Amino acid sequence: MDITSITPDETVYWTWGAFHLNATIVFTWGVMAVLTFGSWLITRRLSSGPQISRWENLLEMVVEFTQKQIRDISHQDPGQYLPFIGALFLFIAVSNILSVVPGFVSPTGSLSTTAALAICVFAGVPIYGIANEGLGHYLKHYIQPSIMMLPFNIIGELSRTLALAVRLFGNVMSGAKIGAILLAVTPLFFPVVMHLLGLLTGLIQAYIFAILATVYIASGTRARAKKEGAADAAEQEENA
Amino acid sequence: MESDALIGMISIATAGITIAVGSLGPSLGEGRAVSEALRGIAQQPDEAGTITRTLFVGLAMIESTAIYCFVVSMILIFANPFWKHFIS
Repeated sequence: MDITSITPDETVYWTWGAFHLNATIVFTWGVMAVLTFGSWLITRRLSSGPQISRWENLLEMVVEFTQKQIRDISHQDPGQYLPFIGALFLFIAVSNILSVVPGFVSPTGSLSTTAALAICVFAGVPIYGIANEGLGHYLKHYIQPSIMMLPFNIIGELSRTLALAVRLFGNVMSGAKIGAILLAVTPLFFPVVMHLLGLLTGLIQAYIFAILATVYIASGTRARAKKEGAADAAEQEENA
Repeated sequence: MESDALIGMISIATAGITIAVGSLGPSLGEGRAVSEALRGIAQQPDEAGTITRTLFVGLAMIESTAIYCFVVSMILIFANPFWKHFIS
Protein backbone atom coordinates (compact mmCIF):
# COMPACT_ATOMS: atom_id res chain seq x y z
CA MET A 1 0.00 0.00 0.00
CA ASP A 2 1.20 3.47 -0.84
CA ILE A 3 2.15 5.67 2.08
CA THR A 4 -0.23 8.49 1.21
CA SER A 5 -3.38 6.48 0.50
CA ILE A 6 -5.52 4.98 3.24
CA THR A 7 -7.69 2.79 1.05
CA PRO A 8 -7.08 0.61 -2.03
CA ASP A 9 -10.29 2.06 -3.51
CA GLU A 10 -8.27 4.93 -4.96
CA THR A 11 -6.15 2.65 -7.15
CA VAL A 12 -8.24 2.37 -10.30
CA TYR A 13 -7.07 -0.09 -12.93
CA TRP A 14 -9.75 0.24 -15.54
CA THR A 15 -12.68 2.55 -16.16
CA TRP A 16 -15.72 1.91 -18.31
CA GLY A 17 -18.38 4.61 -18.04
CA ALA A 18 -19.46 4.90 -14.43
CA PHE A 19 -17.86 1.57 -13.61
CA HIS A 20 -14.44 1.72 -11.94
CA LEU A 21 -12.44 -1.45 -11.54
CA ASN A 22 -10.37 -0.58 -8.47
CA ALA A 23 -7.84 -2.61 -6.50
CA THR A 24 -10.39 -3.61 -3.86
CA ILE A 25 -12.64 -5.35 -6.38
CA VAL A 26 -9.75 -7.02 -8.18
CA PHE A 27 -8.22 -8.46 -5.01
CA THR A 28 -11.66 -9.48 -3.69
CA TRP A 29 -12.12 -11.48 -6.88
CA GLY A 30 -8.65 -12.90 -6.35
CA VAL A 31 -9.48 -14.10 -2.84
CA MET A 32 -12.81 -15.50 -4.03
CA ALA A 33 -11.04 -17.36 -6.83
CA VAL A 34 -8.44 -18.79 -4.44
CA LEU A 35 -11.13 -19.96 -2.00
CA THR A 36 -13.46 -21.41 -4.64
CA PHE A 37 -10.80 -23.05 -6.79
CA GLY A 38 -8.96 -24.40 -3.72
CA SER A 39 -12.11 -25.91 -2.24
CA TRP A 40 -13.09 -27.38 -5.60
CA LEU A 41 -9.64 -28.90 -6.03
CA ILE A 42 -9.69 -30.45 -2.57
CA THR A 43 -13.27 -31.69 -2.50
CA ARG A 44 -12.97 -33.21 -5.98
CA ARG A 45 -12.01 -36.59 -4.57
CA LEU A 46 -13.14 -36.96 -1.00
CA SER A 47 -12.61 -40.20 0.86
CA SER A 48 -14.20 -41.49 4.04
CA GLY A 49 -11.62 -44.21 4.61
CA PRO A 50 -8.74 -44.11 7.10
CA GLN A 51 -6.43 -42.60 4.48
CA ILE A 52 -7.33 -39.01 3.62
CA SER A 53 -5.26 -36.46 1.81
CA ARG A 54 -3.60 -33.78 3.90
CA TRP A 55 -5.58 -30.97 2.26
CA GLU A 56 -8.84 -32.73 3.01
CA ASN A 57 -7.62 -33.03 6.57
CA LEU A 58 -7.01 -29.28 6.67
CA LEU A 59 -10.49 -28.45 5.37
CA GLU A 60 -12.12 -30.87 7.82
CA MET A 61 -10.20 -29.25 10.66
CA VAL A 62 -11.37 -25.79 9.63
CA VAL A 63 -14.99 -26.87 9.35
CA GLU A 64 -14.94 -28.74 12.64
CA PHE A 65 -13.24 -25.86 14.44
CA THR A 66 -15.88 -23.45 13.14
CA GLN A 67 -18.67 -25.83 14.14
CA LYS A 68 -17.27 -26.23 17.64
CA GLN A 69 -16.85 -22.49 18.16
CA ILE A 70 -20.38 -21.74 16.94
CA ARG A 71 -21.79 -24.43 19.21
CA ASP A 72 -19.84 -23.13 22.20
CA ILE A 73 -20.98 -19.56 21.71
CA SER A 74 -24.57 -19.86 20.57
CA HIS A 75 -25.47 -23.05 22.50
CA GLN A 76 -27.41 -24.08 19.40
CA ASP A 77 -26.98 -26.49 16.55
CA PRO A 78 -24.29 -24.94 14.32
CA GLY A 79 -25.67 -26.39 11.09
CA GLN A 80 -27.70 -23.41 9.93
CA TYR A 81 -25.09 -20.82 10.90
CA LEU A 82 -22.07 -22.64 9.49
CA PRO A 83 -22.29 -21.45 5.85
CA PHE A 84 -22.66 -17.77 6.75
CA ILE A 85 -20.21 -17.56 9.66
CA GLY A 86 -17.72 -19.88 7.99
CA ALA A 87 -17.76 -17.86 4.78
CA LEU A 88 -17.17 -14.62 6.70
CA PHE A 89 -14.32 -16.15 8.68
CA LEU A 90 -12.63 -17.80 5.70
CA PHE A 91 -12.87 -14.73 3.48
CA ILE A 92 -11.44 -12.35 6.10
CA ALA A 93 -8.79 -14.80 7.27
CA VAL A 94 -7.56 -15.62 3.77
CA SER A 95 -7.48 -12.01 2.64
CA ASN A 96 -5.58 -11.03 5.79
CA ILE A 97 -3.09 -13.89 5.47
CA LEU A 98 -2.47 -13.22 1.78
CA SER A 99 -1.32 -9.69 2.66
CA VAL A 100 2.20 -11.13 3.15
CA VAL A 101 2.29 -11.78 -0.60
CA PRO A 102 4.18 -8.88 -2.18
CA GLY A 103 1.90 -6.66 -4.26
CA PHE A 104 -1.26 -8.02 -2.73
CA VAL A 105 -3.40 -5.40 -0.99
CA SER A 106 -5.85 -6.92 1.43
CA PRO A 107 -9.43 -6.06 0.37
CA THR A 108 -10.40 -5.91 4.06
CA GLY A 109 -8.18 -2.82 4.29
CA SER A 110 -10.90 -0.91 2.45
CA LEU A 111 -13.89 0.50 4.28
CA SER A 112 -16.24 -0.49 1.45
CA THR A 113 -15.44 -4.21 1.82
CA THR A 114 -15.77 -4.23 5.60
CA ALA A 115 -18.96 -2.17 5.42
CA ALA A 116 -20.40 -4.71 2.99
CA LEU A 117 -19.50 -7.57 5.34
CA ALA A 118 -20.98 -5.72 8.32
CA ILE A 119 -24.19 -5.02 6.38
CA CYS A 120 -24.41 -8.75 5.64
CA VAL A 121 -24.35 -9.38 9.39
CA PHE A 122 -26.84 -6.56 9.94
CA ALA A 123 -29.22 -8.24 7.47
CA GLY A 124 -28.43 -11.72 8.73
CA VAL A 125 -29.64 -11.02 12.28
CA PRO A 126 -33.33 -10.42 11.39
CA ILE A 127 -33.28 -13.12 8.70
CA TYR A 128 -32.10 -15.82 11.10
CA GLY A 129 -34.24 -14.41 13.91
CA ILE A 130 -37.47 -14.42 11.90
CA ALA A 131 -36.71 -17.79 10.32
CA ASN A 132 -36.18 -19.37 13.72
CA GLU A 133 -38.90 -17.98 15.93
CA GLY A 134 -41.26 -15.95 13.76
CA LEU A 135 -41.79 -12.26 13.19
CA GLY A 136 -43.61 -11.53 16.45
CA HIS A 137 -41.01 -13.12 18.71
CA TYR A 138 -38.23 -11.41 16.84
CA LEU A 139 -39.80 -7.96 17.10
CA LYS A 140 -40.42 -8.55 20.79
CA HIS A 141 -36.65 -8.46 21.33
CA TYR A 142 -36.70 -4.77 20.57
CA ILE A 143 -39.00 -3.89 23.47
CA GLN A 144 -37.08 -5.95 26.02
CA PRO A 145 -36.90 -5.29 28.92
CA SER A 146 -39.41 -2.44 28.50
CA ILE A 147 -40.87 -0.32 25.71
CA MET A 148 -38.60 2.53 26.84
CA MET A 149 -35.61 0.66 25.46
CA LEU A 150 -36.88 0.58 21.87
CA PRO A 151 -34.82 3.54 20.54
CA PHE A 152 -31.70 2.34 22.36
CA ASN A 153 -32.04 -1.14 20.93
CA ILE A 154 -32.35 0.29 17.43
CA ILE A 155 -29.37 2.61 17.96
CA GLY A 156 -27.40 -0.31 19.35
CA GLU A 157 -28.17 -2.39 16.28
CA LEU A 158 -26.89 0.37 13.98
CA SER A 159 -23.86 1.35 16.04
CA ARG A 160 -22.60 -2.21 16.37
CA THR A 161 -22.75 -2.56 12.59
CA LEU A 162 -20.65 0.59 12.27
CA ALA A 163 -18.26 -0.69 14.94
CA LEU A 164 -17.92 -4.04 13.16
CA ALA A 165 -16.98 -2.34 9.89
CA VAL A 166 -14.62 0.28 11.32
CA ARG A 167 -12.86 -2.16 13.64
CA LEU A 168 -11.83 -4.55 10.88
CA PHE A 169 -10.95 -1.72 8.49
CA GLY A 170 -8.91 0.13 11.13
CA ASN A 171 -6.95 -2.92 12.17
CA VAL A 172 -6.04 -4.08 8.67
CA MET A 173 -5.41 -0.54 7.40
CA SER A 174 -3.22 0.32 10.39
CA GLY A 175 -1.15 -2.81 9.81
CA ALA A 176 -0.57 -1.95 6.15
CA LYS A 177 0.03 1.71 7.03
CA ILE A 178 2.61 0.96 9.72
CA GLY A 179 4.36 -1.39 7.29
CA ALA A 180 4.53 1.37 4.66
CA ILE A 181 5.76 3.98 7.16
CA LEU A 182 8.45 1.68 8.57
CA LEU A 183 9.52 0.77 5.05
CA ALA A 184 10.30 4.47 4.54
CA VAL A 185 12.05 4.90 7.90
CA THR A 186 13.90 1.62 8.66
CA PRO A 187 13.80 -0.38 5.44
CA LEU A 188 15.29 -3.79 6.20
CA PHE A 189 14.27 -5.50 9.41
CA PHE A 190 11.37 -3.88 11.23
CA PRO A 191 8.80 -4.01 8.41
CA VAL A 192 9.17 -7.81 8.38
CA VAL A 193 8.52 -8.01 12.12
CA MET A 194 5.50 -5.74 11.84
CA HIS A 195 4.22 -7.86 8.97
CA LEU A 196 4.44 -10.97 11.13
CA LEU A 197 2.55 -9.13 13.85
CA GLY A 198 0.02 -8.13 11.20
CA LEU A 199 -0.54 -11.83 10.37
CA LEU A 200 -1.42 -12.51 14.00
CA THR A 201 -3.67 -9.45 14.22
CA GLY A 202 -5.36 -10.35 10.95
CA LEU A 203 -6.24 -13.87 12.11
CA ILE A 204 -7.48 -12.59 15.46
CA GLN A 205 -9.60 -9.97 13.72
CA ALA A 206 -11.12 -12.59 11.42
CA TYR A 207 -11.89 -14.74 14.47
CA ILE A 208 -13.39 -11.79 16.33
CA PHE A 209 -15.52 -10.72 13.37
CA ALA A 210 -16.93 -14.26 13.06
CA ILE A 211 -17.50 -14.52 16.82
CA LEU A 212 -19.29 -11.19 17.03
CA ALA A 213 -21.47 -12.12 14.05
CA THR A 214 -22.36 -15.36 15.83
CA VAL A 215 -23.11 -13.53 19.07
CA TYR A 216 -25.36 -11.00 17.34
CA ILE A 217 -27.24 -13.64 15.37
CA ALA A 218 -27.55 -15.93 18.38
CA SER A 219 -28.86 -13.10 20.56
CA GLY A 220 -31.50 -12.41 17.92
CA THR A 221 -32.65 -16.02 17.71
CA ARG A 222 -32.72 -17.23 21.28
CA ALA A 223 -35.72 -16.66 23.49
CA ARG A 224 -33.89 -14.46 25.99
CA ALA A 225 -32.50 -17.42 27.90
CA LYS A 226 -29.55 -16.59 30.11
CA LYS A 227 -26.33 -17.82 28.59
CA GLU A 228 -22.90 -17.84 30.12
CA GLY A 229 -19.57 -17.29 28.42
CA ALA A 230 -18.65 -15.09 25.53
CA ALA A 231 -22.19 -14.28 24.51
CA ASP A 232 -23.01 -12.38 27.68
CA ALA A 233 -19.72 -10.56 28.02
CA ALA A 234 -19.87 -9.40 24.43
CA GLU A 235 -23.44 -8.26 24.85
CA GLN A 236 -22.62 -6.21 27.91
CA GLU A 237 -19.72 -4.64 26.09
CA GLU A 238 -21.93 -3.88 23.15
CA ASN A 239 -24.50 -2.11 25.30
CA ALA A 240 -21.86 -0.05 27.11
CA MET B 1 -1.83 33.23 7.15
CA GLU B 2 -3.19 31.27 4.20
CA SER B 3 -6.24 29.21 5.04
CA ASP B 4 -4.78 25.96 3.63
CA ALA B 5 -1.64 26.36 5.75
CA LEU B 6 -3.81 26.95 8.80
CA ILE B 7 -5.91 23.88 8.04
CA GLY B 8 -2.82 21.73 7.55
CA MET B 9 -1.26 22.94 10.79
CA ILE B 10 -4.36 22.39 12.89
CA SER B 11 -5.06 19.00 11.25
CA ILE B 12 -1.61 17.63 12.00
CA ALA B 13 -1.63 18.87 15.59
CA THR B 14 -5.14 17.51 16.13
CA ALA B 15 -4.18 14.13 14.64
CA GLY B 16 -1.32 13.84 17.13
CA ILE B 17 -3.49 14.79 20.07
CA THR B 18 -6.25 12.41 18.90
CA ILE B 19 -4.04 9.35 18.74
CA ALA B 20 -2.26 10.26 21.99
CA VAL B 21 -5.39 10.76 24.07
CA GLY B 22 -7.28 8.03 22.26
CA SER B 23 -4.69 5.38 23.04
CA LEU B 24 -4.47 6.28 26.74
CA GLY B 25 -7.85 5.06 27.91
CA PRO B 26 -8.05 1.82 25.93
CA SER B 27 -4.50 0.81 26.91
CA LEU B 28 -5.31 1.25 30.59
CA GLY B 29 -8.52 -0.71 30.11
CA GLU B 30 -6.79 -3.49 28.17
CA GLY B 31 -4.09 -3.84 30.80
CA ARG B 32 -6.74 -4.19 33.47
CA ALA B 33 -8.71 -6.73 31.42
CA VAL B 34 -5.64 -8.87 30.73
CA SER B 35 -4.53 -8.83 34.37
CA GLU B 36 -7.99 -9.91 35.52
CA ALA B 37 -8.09 -12.65 32.88
CA LEU B 38 -4.65 -13.93 33.95
CA ARG B 39 -5.82 -14.00 37.54
CA GLY B 40 -8.90 -15.92 36.47
CA ILE B 41 -6.81 -18.44 34.51
CA ALA B 42 -4.43 -18.88 37.46
CA GLN B 43 -7.34 -19.62 39.76
CA GLN B 44 -9.26 -21.83 37.32
CA PRO B 45 -6.91 -23.35 34.73
CA ASP B 46 -9.72 -25.62 33.46
CA GLU B 47 -11.66 -22.62 32.21
CA ALA B 48 -8.70 -21.19 30.30
CA GLY B 49 -10.34 -21.72 26.91
CA THR B 50 -13.54 -19.88 27.76
CA ILE B 51 -11.68 -17.09 29.55
CA THR B 52 -9.29 -16.61 26.64
CA ARG B 53 -12.09 -16.45 24.09
CA THR B 54 -14.07 -13.97 26.17
CA LEU B 55 -10.88 -11.99 26.72
CA PHE B 56 -10.21 -11.72 22.99
CA VAL B 57 -13.73 -10.56 22.25
CA GLY B 58 -13.60 -8.05 25.09
CA LEU B 59 -10.18 -6.79 24.02
CA ALA B 60 -11.47 -6.26 20.48
CA MET B 61 -14.35 -4.24 21.90
CA ILE B 62 -12.03 -2.09 24.02
CA GLU B 63 -9.51 -1.72 21.24
CA SER B 64 -12.12 -0.49 18.79
CA THR B 65 -12.29 2.88 20.58
CA ALA B 66 -8.56 3.33 19.99
CA ILE B 67 -9.05 2.22 16.39
CA TYR B 68 -11.72 4.90 15.93
CA CYS B 69 -9.21 7.53 17.07
CA PHE B 70 -6.60 6.09 14.73
CA VAL B 71 -9.00 6.21 11.78
CA VAL B 72 -9.93 9.81 12.59
CA SER B 73 -6.28 10.85 12.77
CA MET B 74 -5.53 9.04 9.49
CA ILE B 75 -8.43 10.86 7.83
CA LEU B 76 -7.15 14.16 9.21
CA ILE B 77 -3.71 13.59 7.74
CA PHE B 78 -4.28 11.70 4.48
CA ALA B 79 -7.88 12.34 3.45
CA ASN B 80 -8.79 15.65 5.02
CA PRO B 81 -12.00 16.91 3.34
CA PHE B 82 -11.42 20.60 4.27
CA TRP B 83 -7.88 20.48 2.96
CA LYS B 84 -9.07 18.98 -0.33
CA HIS B 85 -11.75 21.68 -0.59
CA PHE B 86 -9.17 24.46 -0.38
CA ILE B 87 -6.63 22.78 -2.66
CA SER B 88 -9.22 22.42 -5.43
